[in-house]
Amino acid sequence: MSSPRSSSLLAWPATSSSRARRPAVSQEDRRRTRLKRKLKENLTAYGLLCAALVVFALFSWYPIVRGVLLSFQQVDFVNAPTWVGFDNFAKLFEDPLFGVAWRNTLLFTGLALVFGFAVPFLTAVLLNEIRHAKAFFRLAVYLPVMLPPVVTALMWKWFYDPGPGLFNSALGAVGLPGGQWLDSSGTAMLSLVFVSTWANMGSTTLIYLAALGTIPGELYEAAELDGAGLWKRLRHVTFPQTRFVLLVLLLLQVVATMQVFTEPYVMTGGGPDDSTVTVLLLLYRYAFVYNDFGSASAMSLLLFVALGVFSAWYVRLTRKADQS
Amino acid sequence: MRTLVSPSALRSPRGKVVYGVVFAGTLVIFVLAFMFPLYWAVTGALKSPQELAATPATLVPHEWHPETFADAWSQLNLGKYFLNTLVVAGGAWLAQLAIDVPAAFALSKLRPKFGNVVLGLMLATLMLPATALLVPTYVTVTDLPLLHLNLINSPTAVWLPAAANAFNIYLLKRFFDQIPDELIEAARIDGAGPVRTLWRIILPISRPILAVVSILAVVTAWKDFIWPLLVFPDTEKQTLSVMLQRVAIDMPLNVLVAGMVLASLPMVALFLAFQRQILAGLTAGSIKG
Repeated sequence: MSSPRSSSLLAWPATSSSRARRPAVSQEDRRRTRLKRKLKENLTAYGLLCAALVVFALFSWYPIVRGVLLSFQQVDFVNAPTWVGFDNFAKLFEDPLFGVAWRNTLLFTGLALVFGFAVPFLTAVLLNEIRHAKAFFRLAVYLPVMLPPVVTALMWKWFYDPGPGLFNSALGAVGLPGGQWLDSSGTAMLSLVFVSTWANMGSTTLIYLAALGTIPGELYEAAELDGAGLWKRLRHVTFPQTRFVLLVLLLLQVVATMQVFTEPYVMTGGGPDDSTVTVLLLLYRYAFVYNDFGSASAMSLLLFVALGVFSAWYVRLTRKADQS
Repeated sequence: MRTLVSPSALRSPRGKVVYGVVFAGTLVIFVLAFMFPLYWAVTGALKSPQELAATPATLVPHEWHPETFADAWSQLNLGKYFLNTLVVAGGAWLAQLAIDVPAAFALSKLRPKFGNVVLGLMLATLMLPATALLVPTYVTVTDLPLLHLNLINSPTAVWLPAAANAFNIYLLKRFFDQIPDELIEAARIDGAGPVRTLWRIILPISRPILAVVSILAVVTAWKDFIWPLLVFPDTEKQTLSVMLQRVAIDMPLNVLVAGMVLASLPMVALFLAFQRQILAGLTAGSIKG
């Protein structure tokens, strides 16, 4: 944007006479009105922004600072908080469940990646080839996403029931022995991963499907002319063309699954034998069962740092791979 | 459009057979994986408690008990919990529109001094895993700084944090950025102030993005569990999800399942009505490939 002064120079040839007729006072005045208008515009803008600034300050920015402070404090809501240095962290490390919770969470995330990453992608590739009943497939795969997660968890808990549950009934009907599902520490976590994958794969599948839709058909055509078979076309056209979406969703999925809470809270409560105690479940216990908000905040901080380090490492790694 | 499999391969006799088999197989798997569990839940609610507890389970109820849904409605006091959930989700929706739309408009079109800093600080909150703020936000909600209000058991404990939504502001700002400045300039020349411009010119042409933000807001609030679990310790104030998991152990299974089906119906209906907007919202924030 050009300033009024330069535009007036362009509009009016700067002859000495025209300059003489425009006294400095009016320029000063104009600058003042411009300043006034700018100020008024800024005030209106901040007027429109103020509600957002207040809610962000109260429920995002302040809690960020507060969370870090809480990690180093002892809080009981009766006495004033006291500084305890790294005591909260030390306490966490002494808790035998701490290591268990991290191992379980990593196991959940790892398993969720195997299913929740591969299955939606393959489903999307498959759906992209299917020419009939497209609307039905989209609707069906996305329907579980709309169910409240508590309903999904309670429903699957009933499906997993070793007695009259759906799975053991179905297995029994074809003459197979039933499983223990949630009742055995060996399979409980895997059973939770199934629920989570079932409930969430709709959104990832449809995002992949949208990405697949943007691949130019000529690429497949050219590859085919060069003699590339189905697998080679998948490997050399589909993968590279959807690479970016795949990489971003992988990161988002790791971040999301590391925070798993509803499924273990509703379906197993952490059992059997602590096999489904996750980081967030333990954090919840520290805060809302033991009322130890300091240690719970320390746990949040650790989770945040772990995910932050992972994200930074992952982004660097993928960028490096892109450059080479 | 040309995809992985070429159209000519599909037209060949062998291609037709393979396609038919793959299509039928996918259809069967989808019906079994996504439709059957829902059928099982609905028919489960219609069975008698004895039939529901029997092994092996029955595929079609021997006796039909549609009155279970009415029983669930009265035994679980569903009317009250529907109303609670509606108030929580509706308020969260209105708060997000009322607070985030003007903010995004100001940042996009009025471009105040330090506007980019404000936007950056807002977007930075997207980097945080949602649960990292769970405990400090809870502590904040129990005693708001300066005001010293306790929002526990009040729906504002959901409404206000929901409005601090950087993703909404990002979506809205991106849409407003595409609206030509000339339109705003013309409105100004006609004597309309910024608020009037927002109300009379920007909002009417922003319907698609407002629909996306609205649906995201309602669905997120309806599905949320952990935050309502924390801020509504009073059983009378709880949302459907929190109530259902609280009573799950003590309720007869058929009543519980009927309650679960009823609690899901609004979301399923919303999905059927607004499929296009919901699927647009899914890819709106995501990344171009």
